[in-house]
Amino acid sequence: MAKEEPIEVEGTVVETLPNAMFRVELPNGHRILAHISGKMRMHFIRILPGDKVTVELSPYDLTRGRITYRSKS
Amino acid sequence: MIILRSRAEIEKIKTSCLIVAEILDLLIEHVKPGITTWELNAISEELASRKHAKPAFKGYQGYPFALCTSINEEVVHGMPSKHRRLKEGDIISLDFGVVLDGYFGDGAVTAPVGEIAEEAARLCSVTEQCLYEGISRAVSGNRLSDISHAIQDYVEKRGYSVVREFVGHGIGQHLHESPQIPNYGPPGKGVRLKPGMVLAVEPMINAGEPDIEILEDQWTAVTRDRKLSAHFEHTIAITEDGPQILTRRETGFTYANI
Repeated sequence: MAKEEPIEVEGTVVETLPNAMFRVELPNGHRILAHISGKMRMHFIRILPGDKVTVELSPYDLTRGRITYRSKS
Repeated sequence: MIILRSRAEIEKIKTSCLIVAEILDLLIEHVKPGITTWELNAISEELASRKHAKPAFKGYQGYPFALCTSINEEVVHGMPSKHRRLKEGDIISLDFGVVLDGYFGDGAVTAPVGEIAEEAARLCSVTEQCLYEGISRAVSGNRLSDISHAIQDYVEKRGYSVVREFVGHGIGQHLHESPQIPNYGPPGKGVRLKPGMVLAVEPMINAGEPDIEILEDQWTAVTRDRKLSAHFEHTIAITEDGPQILTRRETGFTYANI
């Protein structure tokens, strides 16, 4: 079968939730629940509401994602 | 989500897999110079209908045939054609799947057309063997990428390369299920393997560089350097006693014998 890569989108953090979960608003207005990738967790990168982030969406469940990158602003 | 299958479900998948194995065996006998890939496809459909099984690929994401026939530099998803006649010295990957009673089986073999060059036979032999290397790591407690790594390691040590764009997959009530199983990667990553997982492992190995292109028909994948590519696939179940190959072919066609 063809390899399916995760879908990458830019979003804005609108709310921090317990357990390193975040609500992220995507450019299309959808709000998704995102957790933070293991690598970012290890490097103690702090994510705050208003931050621009890159989110990987699973092709199987577009309502959840994984934050892989916080854009430096 | 990876579904763990009950014994009864694995038996159903096995029933489909044995039909796939038997049909691949019969197709190998028809692989001779002069036959068209169209005829091979027609034979596969006829044999499936005799078993009351439905070809799994036909109509899948718009694929119009029951069988994939990928010759020489074609990696996978070669489409049968009335104009494509096999020639002495070709190698042809036959990839076939069926669904019976809601459960899928999937397998592939690369067959020689008449006498083939030693270099082609060596590529097929390494590809066949790397599949078994991968399967031998499909034991409860290992991680998914242990399968991937074993395949890549075996292949690259012998001077060949692993296609990246296509991967193996879980299989059961759908043709393609989670997880994706790349044929490359570091060991010890990914999910832990558990009894009840049913996986289709399918290394695609190139004689030259790993890069591929998709032809204008939107299906046929070919090596970019147009060197040979081979492909073998088994559907396996992970059990308490180790991996069980569900698509094992009875006549035991293997490159270990040539």
